[in-house]
Parts: sequence; C-alpha cells; structure tokens
Amino acid sequence: MGILQVQNVNKSFGGLKALNNVNLDITEGTVHAVIGPNGAGKSTLLNVCVGRLVPDTGAVLFNGRPLTGRSPHEINQMGVARVFQTPEIFADLSLLENVVIPTLAVRDGSFTVNAWGRVDNQAEIRDRAEAILESVGLAEKRHHHSGNLSRGDKRRLELAMCLVQEPKLVLLDEPTAGMSRADTNATIDLLARMQEEHGVTKIIIEHDMHVVFSLADRVTVMAQGTPIVEGTPNEIKGDPRVQEAYLGGAHL
Amino acid sequence: MTTPLATARSDLILFGAFTLAVLTMPIWLVPLGAGYPDLMQKFAIYGLFAIGFNILFGLTGYLSFGHAAFLGVGSYTAVWSFKLLGMNPVPALLLAILLSGLFAWVIGFVSLRRTGIYFSILTLAFAQMCYNLAYSVLTPITNGETGLRVLNSDPRALDHLTGQGVVDGPLVSNIFGLEMNGLPGFYFCAVWLLIGMYVSIRIFRSPFGLMLRAIKTNQTRLNYTGISTRPYALTAFVISGMYAGLAGALLCVTDPLAGAERMQWTASGEVVLMTILGGAGTLLGPVIGAGLIKYSENIFSAFHEQTLHDIFGFLPDGVEGVVVSVAGLFVGEGWHLTLGLLFMVIVIFLPGGLTSGVRQLVQMARRSSGGSGRSGGDAGTAPQAAE
Amino acid sequence: MDAILLQILNGLDKGGAYALIALGLTLVFGTLGVVNFAHGALFMLGAFCAVTVNQVIGLEQVTLDPNNLTPWGTPVEIREPYIVSWLGDTGHLILDYSVPVSILAAIPIMIVIGFIMERGLIQFFYKRPHAEQILVTFGLAIVLQEIIKTWFGANPLPQSPPTALRSAADIGVLVGFNPGEIVYPYWRLVYFVFSALVIGGVFAFLQLTTFGMVVRAGMADRETVGLLGIDIEKRFTLVFGLAAVVAGLAGVMYTPILPPDYHMGMDFLVLSFVVVVVGGMGSLPGAVAAGFLLGILQSFASMTEVKSILPGIDQIIIYLVAVVILLVRPRGLLGRKGVMEG
Repeated sequence: MGILQVQNVNKSFGGLKALNNVNLDITEGTVHAVIGPNGAGKSTLLNVCVGRLVPDTGAVLFNGRPLTGRSPHEINQMGVARVFQTPEIFADLSLLENVVIPTLAVRDGSFTVNAWGRVDNQAEIRDRAEAILESVGLAEKRHHHSGNLSRGDKRRLELAMCLVQEPKLVLLDEPTAGMSRADTNATIDLLARMQEEHGVTKIIIEHDMHVVFSLADRVTVMAQGTPIVEGTPNEIKGDPRVQEAYLGGAHL
Repeated sequence: MTTPLATARSDLILFGAFTLAVLTMPIWLVPLGAGYPDLMQKFAIYGLFAIGFNILFGLTGYLSFGHAAFLGVGSYTAVWSFKLLGMNPVPALLLAILLSGLFAWVIGFVSLRRTGIYFSILTLAFAQMCYNLAYSVLTPITNGETGLRVLNSDPRALDHLTGQGVVDGPLVSNIFGLEMNGLPGFYFCAVWLLIGMYVSIRIFRSPFGLMLRAIKTNQTRLNYTGISTRPYALTAFVISGMYAGLAGALLCVTDPLAGAERMQWTASGEVVLMTILGGAGTLLGPVIGAGLIKYSENIFSAFHEQTLHDIFGFLPDGVEGVVVSVAGLFVGEGWHLTLGLLFMVIVIFLPGGLTSGVRQLVQMARRSSGGSGRSGGDAGTAPQAAE
Repeated sequence: MDAILLQILNGLDKGGAYALIALGLTLVFGTLGVVNFAHGALFMLGAFCAVTVNQVIGLEQVTLDPNNLTPWGTPVEIREPYIVSWLGDTGHLILDYSVPVSILAAIPIMIVIGFIMERGLIQFFYKRPHAEQILVTFGLAIVLQEIIKTWFGANPLPQSPPTALRSAADIGVLVGFNPGEIVYPYWRLVYFVFSALVIGGVFAFLQLTTFGMVVRAGMADRETVGLLGIDIEKRFTLVFGLAAVVAGLAGVMYTPILPPDYHMGMDFLVLSFVVVVVGGMGSLPGAVAAGFLLGILQSFASMTEVKSILPGIDQIIIYLVAVVILLVRPRGLLGRKGVMEG
C-alpha cells in the first residue's frame, strides 16, 4: 500500500468531466511524475489532493487516512507540502522569516498564541531555519526582502519552506514553469539533491519532459481526466498510447 | 543588527526613548502651543487607540471600519462602572477592556468569515448597528442623545464603602483622592499608553506577530504551511478591540461622559487615518499619526474669522477678504473638510505614511551623499529600521 | 392581509432607492473593480441638484408697490418668481414640478461629476489595493459632504412634490379592499415606478447595446475582454458616468420623501453596501432584488406589532439579515464564485 492513494475520484465542473474515475497509488520514497496534455486534469488532481477542491465521488487517502474534505492547513499538518506553479512566498518578509514561519507551524501546530516570546530568541527555530537556507544556498540573503528575489531563488525559498517542515509528501505543480534554462537546471539539481539527502516522496506535475526524465522514478500519463499509462520513464518513452494521447489530443 | 541580543536591545532603546518623550510631553509641547493637559490626554488616548488598530490593520491588513464601536463600548462600560462601583478608574478600565474584548470577539467571529472589502463592510455594518441601537432601544443604558453621565444619586458602592460617597461639586474620577484631570489625568493616560506600547512591541516581535504579518502578505501560503489563519486574525481583532475599549474608557476617566457620537463611522475613519498617516505596520507611526491629527484638529478648529484676519492682516484689504473667506472653509467648523482632504492627499501621495516618507528621504539623502558600498545591506536593514 | 400589503408597499420606495444606489455600486465594482465609498455622496449630490434647481427657478423678483403701504408705512413688497413673470402659468407649473424638472438638470450635472471623479481620481486607483481605494473614496466622500454642508447648511431642506401628487391614493379599493384600508402617497408610487423604469432602462441598455455587451463581458471576465483587444478602460469612464447618473436620479426623486441633508449620502451608502453584499457582489439582478427585499423587510420591522415583540429591530434588521446571509450563503443571494474573493 502506497503513501498516497487516489481511489475512484471523479470531479466535474459544470458539464466538463475534469477527473474521470482516477486511481493512483504512490509508493513511499519515490518521485512520481504526472504528465499529460493541457486539460488532462493534472492540476485538478493536485488540487483534490491538497484539499483545495472536493471530489464529487471517491477518496484520497494519505497513509490510510482520508484527505478529502479536510482544509489545506489540516492536510499540511498531516505532512503534505505543496509547491505552486508561481512560487507562493511571503513577499513582504525577509527570507529568514519566510522559513521561520513553517518551522513554527510544525512545532506549534495550526494555532498557538505566542505573543510574548521573541522570534529571534528562539534559538532552535532560528538555527533550523538558517540551516535550511544554507542547504538551498540562500543563507547569504537571509535578511533580504524575499519579494525582490529572482524567480529561481523564489522557487528555492519555497522549497526550503516546504523542506523545513520535513513533510512526508511534497506535491509540485510545474516547478520549473516560466523559468530560464539555467534556473530550470538549477532547480532540477536542487530537487535531485533533496531526493538524495531527504528522500521525501514527491508528486510532480510537469510539462517539461527534460525535468520528468531527470527526476522521476515513475510516470503516470493522463489524458482527458483519466490515467492511461503508468510505468518507469523508459517504459513510457516508447509507449504508442502516450504519443497517441499527445498527438491525438492535438488533433481533437 | 542581526544577532538576537542587538535587536532586543534596539527595541529597548526605542521603548526607552518613547517613554522619555511621553513623560516629558508637558515640557516639550509647550513651545508648540500644545502643552496643556486636556490636549495631551487626547494625544495619549488616541495614540493608544491607534496602536491597537495598528495591531489589526498594520499587521494583518484587515481594514476594519467599525473600531469606533469598541471605543463606545469602552466608554459606556467605564461610566457604568463609575455609576455602580465608584469613581476609581481601575475597575472601570478593566471592565471596559473585558467587555470590549467580548464585543470584538462576537463581531470579529462573524466579520472574519470574509476577507477584503467584505470584511470592511461587515465591520462598518456592525458599528452602525451599535450606533443605531445606542440612539434608540438601548437608551436606558446609553441615555441616548443626552449622553451618559455619573450622578450624585448613583449607587457608587465602593465610594460609599470608603466614605467618599458624598461629594460636593462635579464627580471626577480619582484614585484615592487624586483627581484624574489636569496633569495627573495625563500621566495616568500616559502610563497606559506606555503599557500599550510595550505590549505592542512584544507582539510585533513575537511568533504571533510574525504570523499576523504573514496573513497580510500571503494567506494562501500560510494555509498551505499548516496555519489556520482565522483564529490568528480573530485574536488580533480582539486585542485591537480591547485597546479601543481601553481608550474609550480613558476618555471617560478624564471626562466622565459617554455619548453615542463616539461610535459614528467618522470616528472609525479617523483612527484609520491616524494609522496610515503615521505609517501602518510600524511601531511608532500610529502614535505619531494620532498626535498629528489631534494636534491639527485642535489648531484648526480653534481658528475663527478673527484669528484669520489677524494672520492675513498684512495682505491688502481686498485680497485679505478673499483669502480669509477661503481659509475660513477649512478651519473651525470646516475642520472635517481639511480632514477629508488630508485623507485623500495621504492615500494618493504617501500610502506608506510619514514613516515610509521619512525613510525614503533618508535613503535619497544617503544615496546622494556618495552612496557607500553597503547598498546591498540596505534591503536587509530597512524593514527593521522602520519598526 | 391588508397590513402586509401596506408594508410591502411602504418598503417599495425605500427599496427602490437602495436598489438604484446598489446598482451603480455593483456596476462600478464589477467593471472597474473599484470599491467606491463616495457613491453615497453621488446620491446626496443628486438630491442637492434638486434643491439647487428649486432655489434657482424659485428666484424672486422683488418690486415695491408705492400705492400699498404696510402698517409700518413702507411700500409693500411684491415677490414674484422670475419664471412666473416670464412664462406665466407655465412658470407656475414648472415651479410646482421642480423636483421632476430637476432631472433634466441632474443628468448632465451628474455625468460631468462622474467624469471628473473617474478621470481626476478613480482611474489612478484601478491597480491599487482595495484598502487604498476604500480610503481615498472615503476621504472624497467626507470632502463632498463637507462642501455641501458649507454651502447649504447642516439642516435638512424639505422639498415638496407637485401639488397634484401630494395626496395619497386609495389603491386598496382597486384590488377589492374597503376604502381607506390601503392608502399610499402618490409620490411614493411615483418613486417606485420611476426606480423600476430606471432599473429597466439600465438593464435594457446593458442587454441590447454593443456597449452594454462589452460591459457585461467585462464584469464576467475582465482579463479576457482585455485580451480580445477591446480597450475596456475607455468605457470605464462611461460606466462610471452611468452609475453617477443613476445614483443622482435616485437622489433627485427621493427629496420629497426624505428632506436632503449633507450626511444622507453616507447613511444610504452603508445600507447600500450591505445590500450589495446581500445580493452578491458583482451581480446586478442580485443588487436590485436585495434592494427591494431589504426595503420591504425594513418596513415590516417598523410595524408597531413587530417592534413590541423585538424592540429596536427596525434599526438593525438590514444588518442582521446581512449577517445571516453571509453566514449561510457567503457569496450573497445571487453572487458568483470568484468575484472579489480575498
């Protein structure tokens, strides 16, 4: 039994069937890529997993516990982190503060009023946050405004914010979208290194085959709301059904 | 600057300087023509109101248009405490904080189900509801348009118990005989202002304050970081409601009369203006803003035609008449017009408030004076310097 | 039954005013994305258009009659409005109908005010945060009402409806009630019909014209309309002008019902915002429906029978309804997903 199980999930928007009886089983410790042409339902699937959308039928189980119907912060507290297509960071705050917040969230839970202690006196929090910034290579800039960072650095920061929580599962929505080649490669390196060091299970939604083949252990191909093929990257490469899905989709 | 100790020390210095400035107000305000106790009491009280409002608006970005309601609740509670318990201000203040906190919890619980402008409108609606009720059904509690005041025939249980029950002349709030008007009244308010400021500094630097700032910058990320934003915002709302209640009660300590006009939307708007004028989200900004608004209100509304004629007397007669009649629109009764214009000017040209304006000036000056090699460090130190 | 009908009727005129103001708010909000706290001031300015027109056409020529002396021995002053001396009976008629006549003046005046406001201030705030939009228009509302206060004074200035419409209609008789059971002032009837016409006109305009189509498309999805190469910003000014006219007309015709004073705008604005929230932000039909609904509810709450059970309910009914609606249906009665979330 995998760490994340998607069971018979259906989701429609109006008359459009975005997810059609989706089943998925993610093995712990692997990097699982979900690819497919535009409109295949990848992002909907991701949003169902993190509680942003509620499926019409079916369930999503994380370590055997249902995720469906829970709010995003509850799902995060269970150990699921999310990386957005456009990096979502606290743009008004410094990098260090950006990382301190998720550290506090792990330690203190979803709500604690700690209005008297000082952030910078909590050595253990600060050390953890600085260590993680160090590991993604942003330690130098820790007192900068994060809003001024480059896109690639924002992505690093976002990954640091996820990693500092030591999640059991990270969901990445097109982590290299809109990035330059150099930033893309740097992000791939970072993700690969994270996999070596932390070994967190990851689900990556991706367009860029370069990213998929550099990182993924397993690949699921989706088309029109349904997974059509699943296998290792090499198995997928030669599969005629995959080419059909991409090219056929274009013709339709 | 970056080590924990240094930051804590810089806050201590800030608070020390603030304390010194507040306590010496009766000295340094004299040359500015504002050295008399009634006005200084207002500075302290509205400063407190703005500090509290800033904890909500400055940190979380939730723009409440109904904070005057809590000011009113605090005032009525204080006067009732005078009436029933006695003229000692301490129970009055504590009860006011408690009750306004309760009110804020109820109103915040409902209003915070929405964000953005829905939230502003909901708080405005609640404040108007309180205001309407105070003028109509709740007249037995609020005494309607006349306003609520303490009478000699009121129970004032503690006063009678301590043998202070019978008083000649007007009833004035007092601590063991020390009357809370004039300079003692100011110092009493000043102590509360200092307490309020200290609490505000602690909140700003605390993990709780960090969460509130995170709410302002990105709620989505905060949710996906495992934080439930609503209880944080509600706590901030209640805290700022308590500050407002305390300020309302202090208004009654210095002058034991509570009227419903204190709850009107203009009063809510005024505290918003004080906060953004000084700089929302900064520690000192709101107090400075409150001081400036109350100072100009005092000056502008005191002006009348004769003073204007004196000022513009040097002008030729025809010109003087025109200038005086134009200027007359903005002073005295016309103070609200000036307030409205000030509001627009600040929002249009200086949305960050005076504090950010000053910071920009300093940076410009620093850059023009040959800019050193440490420009890279500026980005990091600027936000701390601002607070 | 007759009491219920009467309360529904009583709520219609107020509901009409709410609906008209809320309609303009929603238009500006849906297309321009601007929260206009000065919208109530437009209603107030409309009302003062009526006051001004009344004062202007009521200007009197004073002549002295040397043949007639007062008891003090001074000649009797004969006051005659200029308009009567010029136009005779037509002049009397115009004077009598000064409120409806003001509409003619109010339309161009409100268009000009709307254009000035949009070009001079609002356009700079399209991209600024909502909080700043609220604050700057709030400041503008204060400035406008203070100017009116300086000019016209702080006291309400009662305006009278035309003589022919001053009495009340016994409309109960028409539907089979006994005479005298349901009596309704003509002017309120006029106001209701007028607001229905204006609302109908605005909807027809939006449904039938190309301009209206673009505006509706802009409300549904501004970005896409922008991508289609339609310069929507240019039409914003017109939309704002339209909203200003609607609010202004609502104010003009309301003067015989409520004597205008300088702070009437803010009083109505707060209620209209609540109306908009109840109706669903960004929904025009929602704004109209909620306007009438809340107007009627308010008139029910003002019944003595209701007030004896729930004292003070008439003061807060609208806010209470808003709170309940927001808790049960956070997007309002007819609100759509994604409009002004966050």
